[in-house]
Amino acid sequence: MAWVMRNRVTVGLLAVVVVAAYVFYWAANDIAPSMYVSAWGYAIPLVLAALVGVIGERSGVVNIGIEGQMLIAAFAGFFTAAATGSILVGVLVGVGSGLVAGAFLAWTTVRWRMDQIIAGVVLNIVATGITSFYYTPGKILPGVIPNLDIPVLQDIPLVGEVFFSGRSWIATVAILAAIGIHLLLFHTRWGLRTRAVGEYPSAADTAGINVERLRLVNVTIAGSLAGLAGVYLSMDASSSFERGMTAGRGFLALAIMIMGAWRPLRAFAMALFFGFVNAVASQLQQSGLGVDGEPSGFLEWLLAAVTSPQILATLPYVAVLVVLGLAAGRVRAPGAVGQPYVKGDQ
Amino acid sequence: MSDPTTTGTPEAEGTPTPAGHVDTSPDHLERVATTDAARELPPERSGFGEGVVGEVLLDIQGLSKSFGSVHANRDITLTVRRGEIVALLGENGAGKSTLVNQIFGLIAPDAGTVSVKGDATPIKDPKDAIGRGIGMVHQHFQLVPVMTVAENLMLGHETTRAGVVLDLEGARRMVRDLAERHGLRVDPDAEVDDLPVGTQQRVEILKALSRRVDLLILDEPTAVLTPQETDELLGVMRELAASGTSIVFITHKLREVLAVADRVYVLRQGAVVGEVATGDTDATGLATMMVGREVVLSIDKEPATPGETVLSIRDLRVEDDRELTAVDGFSLEVRAGEIVGVAGVEGNGQRELVEALAGMRKVVSGQMTLGDLDLTRADPHRTHHAGVGHIPENREKHGLVSAYSIADNLVLNEFDQPPYARSGVRQFAAVRENAQRLREEFDIRSSGVMQTAGSLSGGNKQKVVVAREMSFEPRLLMAAQPTRGVDVGSIEFIHRRIVQARDQGAAVLLVSAELDEILSLSDRIAVVHGGKVVAEMAAADADRTEIGRLMAGDH
Repeated sequence: MAWVMRNRVTVGLLAVVVVAAYVFYWAANDIAPSMYVSAWGYAIPLVLAALVGVIGERSGVVNIGIEGQMLIAAFAGFFTAAATGSILVGVLVGVGSGLVAGAFLAWTTVRWRMDQIIAGVVLNIVATGITSFYYTPGKILPGVIPNLDIPVLQDIPLVGEVFFSGRSWIATVAILAAIGIHLLLFHTRWGLRTRAVGEYPSAADTAGINVERLRLVNVTIAGSLAGLAGVYLSMDASSSFERGMTAGRGFLALAIMIMGAWRPLRAFAMALFFGFVNAVASQLQQSGLGVDGEPSGFLEWLLAAVTSPQILATLPYVAVLVVLGLAAGRVRAPGAVGQPYVKGDQ
Repeated sequence: MSDPTTTGTPEAEGTPTPAGHVDTSPDHLERVATTDAARELPPERSGFGEGVVGEVLLDIQGLSKSFGSVHANRDITLTVRRGEIVALLGENGAGKSTLVNQIFGLIAPDAGTVSVKGDATPIKDPKDAIGRGIGMVHQHFQLVPVMTVAENLMLGHETTRAGVVLDLEGARRMVRDLAERHGLRVDPDAEVDDLPVGTQQRVEILKALSRRVDLLILDEPTAVLTPQETDELLGVMRELAASGTSIVFITHKLREVLAVADRVYVLRQGAVVGEVATGDTDATGLATMMVGREVVLSIDKEPATPGETVLSIRDLRVEDDRELTAVDGFSLEVRAGEIVGVAGVEGNGQRELVEALAGMRKVVSGQMTLGDLDLTRADPHRTHHAGVGHIPENREKHGLVSAYSIADNLVLNEFDQPPYARSGVRQFAAVRENAQRLREEFDIRSSGVMQTAGSLSGGNKQKVVVAREMSFEPRLLMAAQPTRGVDVGSIEFIHRRIVQARDQGAAVLLVSAELDEILSLSDRIAVVHGGKVVAEMAAADADRTEIGRLMAGDH
């Protein structure tokens, strides 16, 4: 009960959102279910990618290369599966390549103290280059990633429909990862040490914690989640690889991480919010709002411009800007983010 | 907790058995003790029930460390016995911090050995040092600001429930137990960020104690403390030593050394130049050892010849950062050619007063004038050009730009004026020439004037600020804590320059938390309490205890 009182704003907001979601679900049951399903579909890779950012920055390493990590994994997973004829091998190679990309970032920034932004940009450029150069059209996947329906839970109205049925197991992993990383971060030894290393590394060092090793391990392991996000894009959501298919999701994930105040569960909620804004945008595009025929007069022209599909497609990004603006000054980044730790240099 | 079959027996309850790793036999003592004094001490059991008072706990032989061409430590030999308080005294840059960082395993020595309780294997890292019973309270607190006291204390040696879940409840209990045992009150659930500096330091000490320390290293523990907090800390140190913990502490305040230390090692340019029991020396002797020449601790100055009133403050009201009234009806006059010292416990509006006078803080009501000029609403730029020199309390934040060169820092408020700039173009030759002149005049020790200000030691940074603020011959010089964190040699120098400025006809307003400084420099003393002047007196009539009483609000 004390916990509820301390977090009454969060809890209250959550209650309002849940009630609103159910009201909309019952009231507009022609479009609402499909919108929710599409929202979650859009949010899955964002959740995974945002968690990569959370783990990295909580340890004090900015990961601007999530985009590149996802792209490499999407590429490696898809083409390995196509070449070997095994979905499982494809997924494993995809996740593994995310891990390798994470290790690259970890070693360059933590061990060799390269500028973290530059290392991330390098990763993104290399990823775009390699995946574009070796891209071959016409490959197809040997199958699909199997669905995972959770018994009992899938029968809950709305929630069961969206989260616990009709989705591959990657979606379930995303949910479990968000909950799991929250528990790890705030209730275990690893979490306490990780937060200390990201906030005030010299304090951790003088308490006998190996700052460099913890950062190396965290950034590397987090890479596997970016790998899974990439695999989801090319092997689950679309069954094909295209050049630059991550389309800025890695950066959107960073924005979600910030709006989620570097907390896994809030980042999860934020990812859902963007998924929903995206679903609203595509719903509006399909419903053909706007003006029939040639616009006449300024107001009609303005309306036509605002409701054009191209402008509507920017809605999620406009929402990012608005929420980031609201979040500015209210959330605080880990203290040592972006700074390489040099022993004895306090 | 313990085996259920043994609970209830008097042994399990009452007497904690020694942790075992300390050999208290005379043979062992013979082996580890390097000084005769240690061998002669009777093997009394210390307060912790482990080890022997007088046993050599730390034995350093021939320790040397160089950074590039700089010899930070040369051939240092030092011993610390159990239950002893040892002070390391030296000017800034004498190598004190380098020495203790080697004891704590943060820096590896080039040569020499550090043995702890007779074990001379090199200390690998802080973890190793902690494991061997060494705790360190760093000058910059090593606490995670966003975490609670309990979380900070458990960091690095966390206990868990069921093998994974952090045992926060256990940590809270540990904090409460430790706090009670050592009389250091602190709330385990408070976030470190919200605690005052003195309490943060208490947390640091508790953190060290939570690892069962035999040797506690304190790196300039009083640099950030108010006089009250300092006295409290000195009391805590005495109690810890009495219960068998050895303490090594770094300082350059002679009063503290004489107040708590049993022995002092004086360091100069990386080498131990003297070791003396505090009973056998006094402040002058220590200062002379530190600087290598006779130091004038009391300032010889001519009687003041005050002229016309330069600064006049009338009924000034200023708010602090939390928008609470900090300066509350402050009135004071400072005349040309006199030093007025503002004495008071820190936090009684001195900081806000100086910032308002410097134009850095908004004035709520009241008036301040410099000669005929009204400076009540002036900004720092106008204040400076009106002739106010300001040596700010926080030199790192308000006094210097660390990343700029010494030369640029010396023209920070004149850089756009001739001769340093003509037609909006900076004249580097003039800037450099000015810097070279001031560097010599103010004895700023650096490799050159293009060195960054941030790389200087505290005393030399302060000299840069003092040089800049005095070089334009201000009508009013405001000095806020001008010698805080500054070594003895530089203190002496800065004091002499302040008196010199007075003799040249400047009005000087000195704000300091060091009563000694106020008493020795001022011609007139104003005591503040609660944001207003509660008493004014000529320095000649000033009485230390009387001022102390007034500072405490008893008037």
